[in-house]
Amino acid sequence: MAYTYYPGCSQEVSTKAYNLSTWAVAGALGLELVELDDWNCCGTSPSYSLRSLSTFALNARNLGLAERHSPGCDLVTICNGCFGIMDKTNRRLAEDAELRERVGEALAVIDLEYRGSVRVRHLLEVLVNDLGQETIQEKVTHPLEGLQVAPYLGCAFSRPSGIDDAEFPTALGDLLSWIGADVVDYPLRASCCGGILMMSDKKEVALKLVHNLLADAVRRGASCLATACPLCHLNVEAYQGQVNARFGTDFSLPVLFFTQLLGVSLGLGREELGLGTELVSAAALLAPHMT
Amino acid sequence: MVSVGQHENIEILSYGEVEEVSGYVGNFKVKVRKRARYVNEDLCTGCGLCQEKCPAKNILSEFDAGIGTRKAIYMPFAQAVPRVPVIDTENCIWFQKGKCGACQKLCPRGAVDFEQEDEVVELDVGTIIVATGFDLFDPIRAPEYGYDRLDNVLTSLEFERMINAAGPTGGKVLLKDGREPERVAILHCIGSRDERYNVYCSRVCCMWSLKFAHLVKEVTDAQIYELYIDMRSFGKGYEEFYKRLLKEGVIFIRGKGAEVTDVVEGPEEEGKLIVKCEDTLLGQLRRIPVDMVILSTGLEPRRDAVEVAHTFGLSRSADGFFLEKHPKLAPVETASDGVFIAGACQGPKDIPDTVAQAGAAAVVALGMMDKGRVALEPSIAQVNVERCSGCGECVMACPYSAIALVQGHAQVEETACKGCGTCVGHCLSRAITLLHFTDEQLVAEMRGALRLVEVA
Repeated sequence: MAYTYYPGCSQEVSTKAYNLSTWAVAGALGLELVELDDWNCCGTSPSYSLRSLSTFALNARNLGLAERHSPGCDLVTICNGCFGIMDKTNRRLAEDAELRERVGEALAVIDLEYRGSVRVRHLLEVLVNDLGQETIQEKVTHPLEGLQVAPYLGCAFSRPSGIDDAEFPTALGDLLSWIGADVVDYPLRASCCGGILMMSDKKEVALKLVHNLLADAVRRGASCLATACPLCHLNVEAYQGQVNARFGTDFSLPVLFFTQLLGVSLGLGREELGLGTELVSAAALLAPHMT
Repeated sequence: MVSVGQHENIEILSYGEVEEVSGYVGNFKVKVRKRARYVNEDLCTGCGLCQEKCPAKNILSEFDAGIGTRKAIYMPFAQAVPRVPVIDTENCIWFQKGKCGACQKLCPRGAVDFEQEDEVVELDVGTIIVATGFDLFDPIRAPEYGYDRLDNVLTSLEFERMINAAGPTGGKVLLKDGREPERVAILHCIGSRDERYNVYCSRVCCMWSLKFAHLVKEVTDAQIYELYIDMRSFGKGYEEFYKRLLKEGVIFIRGKGAEVTDVVEGPEEEGKLIVKCEDTLLGQLRRIPVDMVILSTGLEPRRDAVEVAHTFGLSRSADGFFLEKHPKLAPVETASDGVFIAGACQGPKDIPDTVAQAGAAAVVALGMMDKGRVALEPSIAQVNVERCSGCGECVMACPYSAIALVQGHAQVEETACKGCGTCVGHCLSRAITLLHFTDEQLVAEMRGALRLVEVA
């Protein structure tokens, strides 16, 4: 079964490693991904809060292209933000006839239409539900034994999509345990990273949230965080220095995309997983698990 | 319960299950499966020696809500009627490994019988009262409250057993490590008034939450926090009890508990459970460090309510509880004549209301039997045997199972027919008429309604 793949803008620039490792892991697991041709930005949450209609139109364009190019295929994303907003577009278009009409007008300008047949999925959920434990475990050659990982999903993975328990999602922890990692009990798994507040005048709020995320992971013995969203990833990784300066802490916790950890367990190499590009090096941590 | 057990006209079939109900008001046939308890009720004196000597111990007790233990042969609870133990075959060494048999060897009356089998009893009864009760909301479904994940997060029922003088802690309120709690939070509306689970109010939890606070105060010096959405202390003496607790120094916070966590944000939270909430009177988010959390879990229809409803021909309301015939005028009757409901199987209610409703159901059922006959609905279906081809369409169509094929043609059981007319519409040979709603009558009515009236 093939999936239409929508990488999202972040994966072209700031979090290339996520995109790289996704392709590598999909290849190793036999998951057929076809990148959506000529995709555009999802608009992200700032655009949605300012002009929701254009955001819906932007996303309907991607969905319409997916429907045209690969009818019947699910659209897979790896970013919680893109996932959330495309999923929301689908829901709103299905329930709001007036919106459907206005978005339809916008799409007509480029001779496109969207009939609502594309299902939006998150890669993590596809791996857990479509491939499943057995298929994945069969391919694991380097189980991550002894690696203490805190599964950090962020708030928009299971909310409001409902693909996992909204308050206490388990998908990431399940996947990590299948590949042999020691999954740290991490209650903040679905707590907010501060999102775009980090780039606003409310930065203090975001720093506090990231501090809490890091403090609890370290306290519970995590040697790294696994993420499934580029924005969460950026906040918890890139701002550790600022958190340390603000709170007098000394966090230096590697943060890895779940696809990178999965790739390591499948025996994939450093370069194809984009390892070495992380801001807090995970080289020493992963060395025992890499050939 | 003991006086019920001793009453000459009451027979208790405990550890039994109704498998099938057929017939109609005044003439029900009920099949009851009496499960094998592996103890002969006639011989057992309830001395309890078997229970004392049974080596299969430390099995979580259902009655103690899992915070106490029992043996493999056990009396469900101290005041059980009849006072006869039961063997839990899944944990019994004899049933699992074919060895032991201590209870059988030691029973002075030879009452233990490993060969006992289920017995199906058929009863002829005139009326039925369904009083199957409720289930508590299982807070595992709301993982944000930490139940089963964090120590010292209890359900209301677990706390009830803990505070009971005959319970597993002898009435002491204790943390897992044996200490007394210094701060206790009681969270209202867990699984009730919540769009995700049950939208209705479970009605009894505010009052039992107040009772819990009072009881904790009695046996400890703990500071107590009650987190509520609205305080619903309606009913006789209830508001007064609430006032009393306000004076006793219980801290009431208007705001639903949002989360229970062990993620600490400061030294004062170290080793505590932190209850997060929005205090809607202060307009502030709060973190309250406590030692113990009691979740006031709501009431739900029993898990098997669907099957029970099917067995007894009951309807259920949108919330899943059994539906009464009329919410005000027939609160214990149901759509099935002769079948009554009482207690929390009809909807959440407290003990006084349950007792009142049970009394009402008993009186209505007795009154019906005392009369010895029932008044029929005036408009019921009637079959013209000459025209009936015996196709059975009406039998399938009847929602009250009031039609049967007898000697090749349809026969209406008049006491069961509700006069809905479904069969009339389904009958291909036009052999069924509804009394007082015949085609002729309806046509005449229409003629009358549509007649031309000359206006002078």
